[in-house]
This record gives sequence, C-alpha cells and structure tokens, in this order.
Amino acid sequence: MRPVAVIGIGKTAFGAFPDRDLRSLAVEAGRKALENARVQASQIEAFYLGNFAGPSFVGQNHLAPYIAGALGITGVPATRFEAACASSGSAFFHAVSAVSAELYDVVMVGGVEKMTSQPTPRVAEILAGAGDTNGEGKAGATFPALFGMIARRHMYQYGTTREMMAAVAVKNHANGAKNPLAHMRKTITMEQALNGKPVSDPLTVYDCSLVSDGAAAVIIAPLEFAAGAVRILGIAQTSDYVALDCKSDITTFEAVQKAGEKAYRMAGIGPADIDVAELHDCFTIAEIIATEDLGFAKKGEGGPYVLSGATCLNREKPVNTSGGLKAKGHPVGATGVGQICDVVQQLRGEAGERQVRKHSIGLAQNLGGSGATAVVTILGEAR
Amino acid sequence: MKVYTETVVWSPPAAYVNDAPYQLVIVDRPEGGRVTGRILGDRVWIGDDVDFAEDRDGVPYFRKAAV
Repeated sequence: MRPVAVIGIGKTAFGAFPDRDLRSLAVEAGRKALENARVQASQIEAFYLGNFAGPSFVGQNHLAPYIAGALGITGVPATRFEAACASSGSAFFHAVSAVSAELYDVVMVGGVEKMTSQPTPRVAEILAGAGDTNGEGKAGATFPALFGMIARRHMYQYGTTREMMAAVAVKNHANGAKNPLAHMRKTITMEQALNGKPVSDPLTVYDCSLVSDGAAAVIIAPLEFAAGAVRILGIAQTSDYVALDCKSDITTFEAVQKAGEKAYRMAGIGPADIDVAELHDCFTIAEIIATEDLGFAKKGEGGPYVLSGATCLNREKPVNTSGGLKAKGHPVGATGVGQICDVVQQLRGEAGERQVRKHSIGLAQNLGGSGATAVVTILGEAR
Repeated sequence: MKVYTETVVWSPPAAYVNDAPYQLVIVDRPEGGRVTGRILGDRVWIGDDVDFAEDRDGVPYFRKAAV
C-alpha cells in the first residue's frame, strides 16, 4: 500500500441557491479542484461521487457519469456512493484505498447535495430515509428526533446541559461568520442559542445543522507524484446498526470510536497530536460526542470541554474552524469531502482569518445517519 | 417497561404533520432489547414505567404506568 496525498481542493459556497441546479454546483467544485491541483480532466482515471438523495431531492439518478461528463471526464469508472451524511466520506475512503492499492494514480472525489428546493417536512422525510424507515421512521422519528433522544440520554447519564450544547452552536457560528463560503455568516449569543424554537426536545433550531445546497471536490494522487501535498496519514471507515434502538449505548458512536482507533493506529499518532479538527456536528450533541469518541475529552466530559472554550479558534484543540455543519451548512452528500477541503486549507495555512497557529496534523470525522457509518481521516502537513 | 430515552417532536416529517407535537420513546423491553414507539396521554421522562397501550399499523403506543 503506497502513501496517498490530496493534491487539489475545490468547494462552492454552501447556502440556499434557488437558481443553481445540482450539476452546476458539482461541476463548479470539480473545476476548482482540477485547477487547484493543476490537473486536466483527461488525467482523471476514476471519479468517485458522494451523494445522499439526489433522486429524491431533484429527481436525477445516475449522478456520477452525469457530473463527470459535464466535467469532461469520460471513459473511466464513475460511481456514486451513498452512506447518508457520510456519502462523500465513504467515496473518499474508497478512492484513497484504490489509489493506495495502485489501481489508479489521479482520482477525483466529489460530493454534492441540492436540498433547498423541497419544503421542510419533505426534507425531514427524505433525511429520515437515512434511518430505519420500517421502525423508528414509521413511529415518526426525524433526524432531529433521533439526536434529541441521544441528547436526552447523554444529559441523563453525564449531566450534559443545554448550555453546553449551546456553546457548540455559539462557537461554530463565530467561526462560520469568518468563512466566506459559509451558509450562515452571523454570530449568535448564548442567550439566543438557549431560546431557539423547539425542533425535537431538547434540541432547538440552534442545535440543528442547516439544510443547504453545495458541492466539494478533491483530487488525490500517490504521494510520490506530489511533493509538497498534504498526505493522508490515516483513514478508516466503519459501520454499525442503522436503527438507534439496536445500539447498546446511544451516548457514544461505536463506529466513530473504531474508525478513530484505526486511523490513529495507521497514522502512528494519538488524539493529543491533532492540531485542528472538522467534526460532524449535524447536531450540537453530535460534536460533543465526537470529541469523546475521538479521545479529545473523556467519556461524558465533552460538554464541559466545549464549555471551557478548549475547542475555540486558537485554543488547545480548535474544532470546526469552518463553522461546521451548524454554520458552514450541511449539503449532506458534500459534507465529507467538504471537511477534507477545510482541513487541507488549514494544513496549507490558507484559512485566512480562521487560520490556526499550529497546523501540522488535522482530522476529519464524517458520520452517516445516527452512527451507522463513520469515516475518520487524519491528514499531515504539507512538506 | 422503562423509558430508555424520549423526545417531543415539534417539526414532523410530511406524513405526520397533523400529529405534532408528539412524544417518541425508546423503551427497554422486559424480554431484552429495545423498541421505538410513541406515547399516549401524559408526557414521560427517562426511567418512567410505561405500559403497552396499542399497536397502530406496526407502531407500538405506550402510556405512563399507573402509580
């Protein structure tokens, strides 16, 4: 297995874009990634696409060759990966595995979702398809409901408070306000975050990530072809049960723990070595749990950890300097590759106002559903 | 049966817009394992005892147990 590097990144802004269709977003991100990598479309040997629900949101199937063709990429494998909110994280994992195994040299991984053309109840219904539609879904569980139940149990077992969850939202909005590509570029106060409109108790609108349109893409290649590029030091994808009621402990995501352990082992490092991280804050409680599952905080102490300010910009462990899914936005299928772009930007020292001081090693964690798919990637500094 | 976790849904999916707000629970089953269902009547909290009330189209409905 040979080492692999990210040689180019490209992202659209995330937001609500009524005049943009899914393909135009994906093509914009893909072209930016090609340009950033200084690679031609004709050099791409395989196209991996993460997309959760294009067929439901916009009525388009066969998305990978549809987008690849518009980018001028033909005659190569072009395949869509679906793993709920970890769709493009999963596409990325499989693309890295293929390049590492010497199947291809230069590969593009894209991610895209176009969500805002549907009314909220329909969006909730489509997203609920990432859960067990025959059990929890039939009972009326939306994703905010599943994470509301996770939050309640975490509060019950560990004394996590609404204020601790609100601290995640306040921090991520503060970061998002500094990110020119973020969906929601405004700060919020603790008081606002605590008094949001209820969505699914104890979660309010300020605990939930945004319904967004957007796309992201990266180009990967063997490290030997790309001196100076950001190296993939460790990567793992793992799975767990889809239905929340099948998990023995819903206050932890076992898939994330396992993926984290594998990725740390592959990289030969531990949680203390991570300088900057993009964690999957689909809901504020998910970021708190991720900091525990990845070993940034002890089990049950993720709430006090975020409340202490430790994960703010330029503190000991900056988390979601992009604004996270909470403020940057969460175009589901674009999120995993978008996180890779955000970490690479930090490691290259190109994050502008949000640039962290120490940026040798970064981590991205992408979660699908209520923990049924997890992808953890550890990236190393440009050399 | 005891409530393992719960939530009240204020923003429902399209199929249940007329039901909201409604309470969802995951309960520990006496025979082992857990099941997701809904609550009829009084709001319940984690640790509360509930009784099975009825089955509606495959969805179990529970009610707070009488003290």
